[in-house]
Amino acid sequence: MKTLSEADIARIRGEFPILSTKVKAHPLVYLDNANTSQKPQCVIAALDDYYKRYNANIYRGLYELSELATAAYEGARLRVAQFLNAKDECEIIFVKGTTEAINLVAQSYGRPLLKPGDEVLITALEHHSNIVPWQIVCQQTGATLRVAPINLQGEVIQDAYEKRLSAKTKIVAMAHISNALGTINPIAAMIAKAHAVGAITVIDGAQAAPHTAIDVQALNCDFYAFSSHKIYGPTGLGILYGKKALLDPMPPYQGGGEMIKSVTFEKTIYQDLPLKFEAGTQHIEGAIGLKVALDYLTQIGLEAIQQHEHELLAYATQLAHEYKLRIIGEAKEKASILSFTLDNIHAHDVGTILNHYGVAVRAGHHCAMPVMEFFQVPATLRASFSFYNTQAEIDILFNALGKVREIFK
Amino acid sequence: MNDDLMELYQEVIMEHNRHPRNYGVLAHANREASGFNPLCGDKIHLKLQVDNDHKITAAMFEGSGCAISIASASLLTEILQGKMVAEAYTLFEQFHELLTGHPTDIPLGKLAVFAGVSAFPARVKCATLAWHTLKAALLNNNAIVSTETGHE
Repeated sequence: MKTLSEADIARIRGEFPILSTKVKAHPLVYLDNANTSQKPQCVIAALDDYYKRYNANIYRGLYELSELATAAYEGARLRVAQFLNAKDECEIIFVKGTTEAINLVAQSYGRPLLKPGDEVLITALEHHSNIVPWQIVCQQTGATLRVAPINLQGEVIQDAYEKRLSAKTKIVAMAHISNALGTINPIAAMIAKAHAVGAITVIDGAQAAPHTAIDVQALNCDFYAFSSHKIYGPTGLGILYGKKALLDPMPPYQGGGEMIKSVTFEKTIYQDLPLKFEAGTQHIEGAIGLKVALDYLTQIGLEAIQQHEHELLAYATQLAHEYKLRIIGEAKEKASILSFTLDNIHAHDVGTILNHYGVAVRAGHHCAMPVMEFFQVPATLRASFSFYNTQAEIDILFNALGKVREIFK
Repeated sequence: MNDDLMELYQEVIMEHNRHPRNYGVLAHANREASGFNPLCGDKIHLKLQVDNDHKITAAMFEGSGCAISIASASLLTEILQGKMVAEAYTLFEQFHELLTGHPTDIPLGKLAVFAGVSAFPARVKCATLAWHTLKAALLNNNAIVSTETGHE
């Protein structure tokens, strides 16, 4: 396996223009990658190139620009299908983000299917975007939302998860990696257990896609969602993967242009997959940029990325122990997310002070209020590491945390 | 340390954060409200006694939050004692002007320590949470006010 040397990291950092900017006269230390990732120059250039050379709407023009744009957009779909190892590129739907992907499944798959007495099972570590869409569809259909609990390390308790699965369970929705805790769920095993009772599975992969190779066929998940902006691509674009056999009979999520074969005032015939789910003009440059981002990641190597990020997490975790921080989320299997609290100092005070030393971290409830409730903290600080981060940056973070303690002594 | 940061976390604010005044449950309150900032989870519950002449005779609060929101609630309860309800509204307006970088000529007394918040737009909501809660309490509106539904 390739590993990333210091020289590799230095070169990579040079490819992200924002990483050489300054905040309050300090070099930017960007440790909020779980929130959104920074963009490499190649992605920025791809957007520029699209607007300068072949900006046109897709599918609709019998002219060269539109053909170029259509080919690039469809090329992006093919690239995403390869990235996820989907069987067929028609299983890749472009949406606005992970949130829209989950809402689409809840409304187009869940709503026609669910009946009173049926159950939707989620876990206690979900992001609001994998809670609220299921609450809505349960309210609409009379189905019941159930929650598999977590332990104090922030891991889903597998026995309790299994106990909540039954013939009533129609849908299991869970994060691949928790955004608030960093926990990596053992989703392959959890998917198999869900299938054993006849439930389908919806995986929120927003945090996982940037860190780990995903093989939807090996996982055998039914739906998998992630966002472009967290994986070094443009904002405003998300991916929904779904098995063709499930997507085919689903009704459209939105109606409009491009998702139809023919329209009369009496009847509309919908397009086949994937266009049935892509009403209206799509985020064309987003898809083009995402393709370039995926090429870029693949070229660096996801295994090398994962290894470097894991080393950063280990280094930061060790310092967190030395600094006597309270770490929130200590799962055995963790991605490069360190959620913590500092003494009794509120996360927003810490965040404000860190910013003055150029350090960007997330301070808040991370759209996971039930997780905060479980750990009885109003908010945490979260440093999340990318392959472009360095141990020196983690040192800057901890020095700045020392300054916070001085101010609050 | 950076000057803006010194100004924000100055001693008076830190001291009120460490030892908030009027913290606890006010007996015989006749006005109360809860305030919540969903962005950071800060919560304030404010109780007041207002007499028949619309004078605020007592104010106490409970809650949890950042140093700015706790110090603001603490100073609010201090400054409210003996104020007329109408004066309290005017004070909020002037305080808000101060926080958004438009200080008026009217002296704000101890509240002037919050002038430094204006350099931190993201923290204005922390400083105003207790004040939004006050407004809801004076309207005797028992609904929970949120910093995300009121206007700044």
